[in-house]
Amino acid sequence: MGKTIAQKIFEAHLVDKPSDEINVIKLDAVFCHEITTPIAINDLKKRGKNRVFDSSKIKAVIDHVTPSKDSKTAEQAKIMRDWARENDIKDFFDIGENGVCHALFPEKGFVRPGYTIIMGDSHTCTHGAFGAFAAGVGTTDLEVGILNGVCAFKTPETLKVELTGTAAKGVYAKDIILHVISILGVNGATDNVIEFTGPVIESLSMEERMTLCNMAIEAGGTCGICPPDQVTVDYLWPFISGDFSSKEEALKDYVKWASDKDAVFSKTIAVDITDLTPVTTYGFKPDQVKTATAMSDTKVDQVYIGSCTNGRIEDLREASKVLKGQKVSPSVRGILAPATPDVYRAALKEGIIEIFMDAGFCVTNPTCGACLGMSNGVLAGGEVCASTTNRNFNGRMGKGGVVHLMSPATAAASAITGYITDPRKYI
Amino acid sequence: MKDFNGKVLFLDRNDINTDEIIPARYLTEITKEALKPFLLEDLKLDGFDVEKDIDDTNVIITRENFGCGSSREHAPWALEVNNINIVIGESYARIFRQNMFNCGMMAVTLEKEIVDKLFSTFSGSATTVSTDFQNGIFSFSGGGKQLEIPFSISSYDKSLVEAGGWVDYADTHYK
Ligand code: SF4
Repeated sequence: MGKTIAQKIFEAHLVDKPSDEINVIKLDAVFCHEITTPIAINDLKKRGKNRVFDSSKIKAVIDHVTPSKDSKTAEQAKIMRDWARENDIKDFFDIGENGVCHALFPEKGFVRPGYTIIMGDSHTCTHGAFGAFAAGVGTTDLEVGILNGVCAFKTPETLKVELTGTAAKGVYAKDIILHVISILGVNGATDNVIEFTGPVIESLSMEERMTLCNMAIEAGGTCGICPPDQVTVDYLWPFISGDFSSKEEALKDYVKWASDKDAVFSKTIAVDITDLTPVTTYGFKPDQVKTATAMSDTKVDQVYIGSCTNGRIEDLREASKVLKGQKVSPSVRGILAPATPDVYRAALKEGIIEIFMDAGFCVTNPTCGACLGMSNGVLAGGEVCASTTNRNFNGRMGKGGVVHLMSPATAAASAITGYITDPRKYI
Repeated sequence: MKDFNGKVLFLDRNDINTDEIIPARYLTEITKEALKPFLLEDLKLDGFDVEKDIDDTNVIITRENFGCGSSREHAPWALEVNNINIVIGESYARIFRQNMFNCGMMAVTLEKEIVDKLFSTFSGSATTVSTDFQNGIFSFSGGGKQLEIPFSISSYDKSLVEAGGWVDYADTHYK
């Protein structure tokens, strides 16, 4: 019987089976940020276990609130800094080098096909875009990961989403994933890995694949996974050119992780994206999705472009195409948070930052900030935000605030008109 | 082992997420105890009053996909520091469920028909449950009515509850 990507990765990493359905697997990387790690660090210290399983496999960043906004966040950052120093963690990213974890770590080449990765962050599923098994966990699992380099998971089942057709103008990876979540529902993929396949995936860049996999968790999925291919190899080449004699060699090695033809999936759904138009969410759940046009009488107070979902350079490019020569509506506050310093640099070089600023956007440093209602654009009660982030939960961006999720182009178009707006007339 | 007995709070809604259980704005706290006043602060649910309904609650009974959203273990901790060590429901988000058992707490799954029965029999009256962990039996009583409901958790989850959580278990087994 054939195997799925997730099954192959689990087999290659299996350490123990404490019961039939539980697999303890070896980890290739443990990612850490300053919101969920400090409590794990403090607990390890309290237990007299302030050590790490392998300092080269731990990657840490201060990204959620940076620079620190108050004494409490300063304390969280300090715990991370001290700990990284004490344990000789070289890949630690602080002020000047830090950015949103799920955008920063792939950019640094920390993710490879076949890897197993955990992080105390639900959107760790993003890294499955490289054909890795990457899962969000709580602080206790993170603590054990840091200490022993293992994590326990149920045997993964895989739900296959086969994407066919061609995206119409103005339809992006974000529209596709919101559409898929609306089909699956917020728990349609619980305890499953979501494997994205089909001709649409083959045509997507790594950045777009990350946008898709990033939101697997919004359907309850443990991880999103895309089969590794030439696009994966090309993206990783600067980091792997010492390991393989040629790109062909690398590809040959990586495709061994792809699901076998006769692999067994828990379920397969086919989605043709040809008729899809730009979409957005309504309500407080990410599976509540309508066309942007159907939501066009929704007035917005703030437009937020950034986050691990859509704060990458391609996202900024698409939004800037809409914003070029335009002005943000006087009733809207426009906020751009490039996800990483390299994204910021590239956007400066390409003149994208200037387009945003000329339109009236405020540009912040790379950080999660407003995405989870922590800083840099928290909403007041009753305010509405058109946002490129991934969660529209009640209060997510500030108590009493309302969030509508959409692509960067739709967010940019909404900034211009002050209402949720289909971006197609601007591109 | 933690205490799984006491007064029941009924939350009759699917998909209660971790932002509702403990909003992100409180994630800057670095002790569990500090989360205590903020449990379920953002929960939108008819008839639920965050000011009154949490005091002296020990058990939550709810519907599908409880704990979806963020991976924050602050959600089980916020429950724990309010003396709630057990949630009973139709289903859970993976990370939340794992976090509960990793903390030596329980997220117990019952069939929808049984959860329906618990809601229809007890919701609205002061209800308590006593939990026989070894034999897997809940005894509910409230409004003059009583019900015994069997439950099961896997042997692995059971060992986590008995060990008091995953850290000690793992550091003994996988050094
Ligand atoms: S950008 Fe938002 S969703 Fe992504 S890691 Fe940061 S807080 Fe989480």
